[in-house]
Amino acid sequence: MPIVEVRSLSYTYPGSTKPTLTNVNFSVEEGEFILLTGPSGCGKTTLCRCLNGLIPNSYGGEFNGQVIVDGLVTTEHPVYEIAQHVGLVFQNPENELFCTSVEREVAFGPENLALPREEIRKRVEESLAMVGISHLRDKSPEELSGGEQQKVAIAALLAMKPKILVLDEPTANLDPASAQSVLNVLLKLNEESGVTTILVEHRLEMVAHMAHRCAILNEGRLVLMGKPEDVLYSDEAEAIGIGIPKVVQVTKALGINKMTGKCPLTSWSLADLLRVWKK
Amino acid sequence: MISFEDVSYSYSPGRYAIEHINLSIDKGEVVAILGENGAGKTTLIKHINGLLKPQSGSVIVSGMNTKETTVATLARHVGLVFQNPDHQLFAETVEKEIMFALTNFNFPEDEISRRVNWALKEFGLLEYKDRPPFLLSGGERKRLALASVLCYDPQIVILDEPTTGQDYRQKLHLASLIKKLNSESKTVVVVTHDIEFAADFIPRSIIMSKGRIIADGDSEELLTNRELLMSASLIPPQLVELSWDLALNPPTIHFDELVSSVKKLLEGREA
Repeated sequence: MPIVEVRSLSYTYPGSTKPTLTNVNFSVEEGEFILLTGPSGCGKTTLCRCLNGLIPNSYGGEFNGQVIVDGLVTTEHPVYEIAQHVGLVFQNPENELFCTSVEREVAFGPENLALPREEIRKRVEESLAMVGISHLRDKSPEELSGGEQQKVAIAALLAMKPKILVLDEPTANLDPASAQSVLNVLLKLNEESGVTTILVEHRLEMVAHMAHRCAILNEGRLVLMGKPEDVLYSDEAEAIGIGIPKVVQVTKALGINKMTGKCPLTSWSLADLLRVWKK
Repeated sequence: MISFEDVSYSYSPGRYAIEHINLSIDKGEVVAILGENGAGKTTLIKHINGLLKPQSGSVIVSGMNTKETTVATLARHVGLVFQNPDHQLFAETVEKEIMFALTNFNFPEDEISRRVNWALKEFGLLEYKDRPPFLLSGGERKRLALASVLCYDPQIVILDEPTTGQDYRQKLHLASLIKKLNSESKTVVVVTHDIEFAADFIPRSIIMSKGRIIADGDSEELLTNRELLMSASLIPPQLVELSWDLALNPPTIHFDELVSSVKKLLEGREA
């Protein structure tokens, strides 16, 4: 059974006449890593808000269709309950961090669930360790770098033990090295702990090879969803104008995908392919 | 047009945000400033529009010493677009946001409406003109911040991380806009983490690390230098990585060059 199901979802913000999402249908299996991309304003952030129930529960507006996450129909449960199943990470970690120490920040969620002290302590330890920031526990989030802050935000969500993580451009404000390190954390959580991951990202060259499937939204509609290599090598993806990774462009320009039947997504896999093929 | 002479600045004693910066940018140049978070990039550009005054050394912009010139005067010459549009946007509607600087600089009314219309169209914001800025998407707010600065036509344009949250088309649009500014002899300084953008569109790069400039020169030369990129914690552009993986000599940041070198490599196989 899928862990996320989106059925005929259409949504219009209050006061707007144009729908932001139109008839979106897809499902995600437990443990999948989904890369969601599409032009700016296509509805990616709106879709993320639908996945954790912020829409329609906190936003109002005209909501049609159904979103079911971990068995919960989002319109029938309050956001705090859905939050224990779906963790949402925003673009700007400054907007969500407010405690005086990393440890407190991570403990905040479980404290609010009124869990026993020992359980809270255990969850904080585990979450910090999973993200690799145990050494930052006594620091104030303010004095951390952007990448570290984003890891604190992720750890704070993990302490709620969600089965699903939804991340809305978590690396947008980070330098490349920090971005890579946050993405590595996500990959590890997915591979080792089986956290179902839905990642919104523009920098496809950094993440395409990590995902099981790639979905493209355009003007509020889900236009493509499939294996990253099938999606990114498609003519439709090129026409929509997402940033097709250079490796894909080079491979296509040389016709290597047609000649070998292989669709590399990283420079090393293209280089390997060329080396083997050259012999 | 812009010159830094041995400029240092520190926010807290004992730790310099930028240190011994020497830099000269000519009129009409387009320059990228690259470097990891905390390298001092934003501190450096805040010296160009006088938001920060050098604690030692001096900064001369369009012939004015920034220490002796008000931010208001400098602002007419230097347009700074912040990284986070929310630090900049405040008006009730998109249209009013764009009008704000124009009104403050006492442009005549017909000129204001002409420029506002231009900006709304140029940045794809026409349909949102009566909306509050905070209802726009992240990418749209970013474009509004850009529109509200470019509408008053400053001679020097500084863009702090202009590509974050922007999709591929908008990046191309931004690139063509930079080209246009350049053809009007404007000076453009782009602070960016987007090394692909710098490699594709910006001829000169300045690389910063730990408050200092560690390299300044031709983008292709700098961005194909492995040791340099590593010491600045920069991840190489994909084409450069591919050049290295294929042992292409010389490595390149240009798509067409790379494709033709790989072609040659493969033809060698057939011969």
